[in-house]
Amino acid sequence: MSESVEQVGELAAAGADPLLRVRGLKVHFPIVKGVIVDRVVGHVRAVDGVDLDVTRGSTYGLVGESGCGKSTLGRAVLRLVEPTAGTVEFDGVDVASLKGEALRRERRRMQMVFQDPMSSLDPRQSVESVLMEPLLAHDVKPEGGVDAHVRRLLDVVGLPGSAAGRYPHEFSGGQRQRIGIARAIALNPDLVIADEPVSALDVSVQAQVVNLLEDLQEQLGLTYVVIAHDLAVVRHVSDTIGVMYLGMLVEEAPSDDLYATPRHPYTISLMSAIPIPDPDVEDRRERILLAGDLPSPANPPSGCRFHTRCPFRQETRCHDEVPALRTLAPGHRVACHWAEDVADGRITPAASAFDAAAIPTDA
Amino acid sequence: MGTGTSEELDLGQAPGRPGRAAYDGPLLAVDDLSVTFTRRGRRDVRAVDGVSFAIRPGETVGLVGESGSGKSVTALAVMGLLPRRGVRVGGSVRLEGEELLGASDDRLRDLRGREMAMVFQDPMTSLNPVVSIGVQVTEVLRRHRDMTREQAAVEAASLLRRVGIPDPVRRLKDYPHQLSGGMRQRALIASALACRPRLLICDEPTTALDVTIQAQILDLLRQLVRESGTALLMITHDLGVVAGLCDTVHVMYSGRVVESAPRRPLFGAPRHPYTGGLLASIPRLDAPRGAPLHPIQGSPNDTIPWEGGCAFAPRCEHRVDACTTSAPALEVRGDASVRCWNPLPPPGRAAAAPEEGT
Repeated sequence: MSESVEQVGELAAAGADPLLRVRGLKVHFPIVKGVIVDRVVGHVRAVDGVDLDVTRGSTYGLVGESGCGKSTLGRAVLRLVEPTAGTVEFDGVDVASLKGEALRRERRRMQMVFQDPMSSLDPRQSVESVLMEPLLAHDVKPEGGVDAHVRRLLDVVGLPGSAAGRYPHEFSGGQRQRIGIARAIALNPDLVIADEPVSALDVSVQAQVVNLLEDLQEQLGLTYVVIAHDLAVVRHVSDTIGVMYLGMLVEEAPSDDLYATPRHPYTISLMSAIPIPDPDVEDRRERILLAGDLPSPANPPSGCRFHTRCPFRQETRCHDEVPALRTLAPGHRVACHWAEDVADGRITPAASAFDAAAIPTDA
Repeated sequence: MGTGTSEELDLGQAPGRPGRAAYDGPLLAVDDLSVTFTRRGRRDVRAVDGVSFAIRPGETVGLVGESGSGKSVTALAVMGLLPRRGVRVGGSVRLEGEELLGASDDRLRDLRGREMAMVFQDPMTSLNPVVSIGVQVTEVLRRHRDMTREQAAVEAASLLRRVGIPDPVRRLKDYPHQLSGGMRQRALIASALACRPRLLICDEPTTALDVTIQAQILDLLRQLVRESGTALLMITHDLGVVAGLCDTVHVMYSGRVVESAPRRPLFGAPRHPYTGGLLASIPRLDAPRGAPLHPIQGSPNDTIPWEGGCAFAPRCEHRVDACTTSAPALEVRGDASVRCWNPLPPPGRAAAAPEEGT
């Protein structure tokens, strides 16, 4: 982690006032085998050395494909899973070393919005009870009493006051997600981690929830970490975006820069793979198709983890040297040995292995 | 393309299928299709209500809508996969002029897999977990093309290779759980393509997959349509997928088609407020940032029955009085057919003066 030490200064200068500061975070899950005696035969390296800063009042978007470790990273920040190594500093306090009551008190300021609003709400608990629970658990006495606070929360997320006495199954998906959001803001937190907040919702409803999240940020001065696989949604809400691949951050940039000038080959291919609802754009676009699937995080490729699928792969360095996350432009960090050459067009993508002509036919 | 692909192209001349040339209408003609679910003691639910469309060989038609719009039920009705009990199917579905509704089970079994095939959304639930991939792919070949086990195994391996699965001979022995999501979906497509069907129905084929894998699968489908003249019915909620793939798009809402148009007019100048609302509510990767999204208010459950008006009226920003009193018909307006009393103005025309027709 020597490169992360060098970058601490740089990062601190870029983000003026980081609310959240993650350094060298690793989460490894043991793979256990054996019938009577369990043996650890390896580790799934879900998150493998991530450094990032989240500025107060901003939105940090984490994108990546399933299995890249973005959800685990979000959970490790809240210590819903135990980090294997590294530090998570929240407002100057190292969350990773907190225990017991101190951790519980700190958690009041960090909340989570989950993906599936149906499975994250207890079907036998009324909305009122869902929203009161965080207050009771942390012994908070809101101004004007608990009932008034619940009404206020419902009002803020755009639900009628009559919703309080009803149960989750009586609501549509979008409304349930609003309840989940109301629960997350019940304790007036500083940081909200939203894990795929809209992906379970109908297309026409997603925008409602996205707008609600943005309004709440403005009203309450929240800091968000939004985790999603949909780059279009993430780009819409985020100020800064981090792209993850196999447990590592491969690129981080302000969201306009990331779209205008993606530097990492993975980001470039990811961007080109996202369909855009415009036939003219779709017909003109050049697609860089990635070959194959995500390798197993239990046995990640050597060197650059993306080299097995990278269309810009070079003979040297890629397969045996782990690229550091380097700063290319202010706020724009990339983990690729050849980022400058790719950007200047000195390296062009090789014909993809999934190229039509490359598939032999049986004739 | 390399050599040897012409063999793939000659789908129409596959053995044992004479008499093709005589027919020159659309490959699939769906006319006034309706599906009603009935249950004793419950109100009937009309999931599909008077849907009509046609697909020609080599054409890709998109069926777009949110959950509950009836798009998947339409596909199941075309394939004859709806249960017989508790379901009333009306209208007509003709494959090359042959009526499929009311056809015998034997006849449908002959047609399914051979003339028409379907790829489902979730590859894990549509593959049998305790049967190897090889058996599931060769099953179709042995049933429809009378191949021996050995012939079928060779053919299956070549099919898997064609859809981009590396090391196909080894993969044939694998079980579904040993394959990744993208590979499972490709195996499913391979078995759907095994008999070179003339009609392929894909129901959300990429929804469960990551975008980079989605791009691979869509590329494969595009190639298939281009090279073998397969007619493709693509069912999806993702307007981005439709924009790059479909020639004609039908937008469904609450069981009816509300707008049908070629893809360019549809995306360039949507006429139905629902289509326009959908396009305005999704964030676009290439749009300037910071502009707020314009969501459609309410949820897909807020509908009124079509008999008494327009089902979309409760959520519609362009609602006029007629919308809640009588049902609009699907009318041709320019390039598109629109089911609306007060459609969005065509491009070049200023603000929304209600069009005549009420």
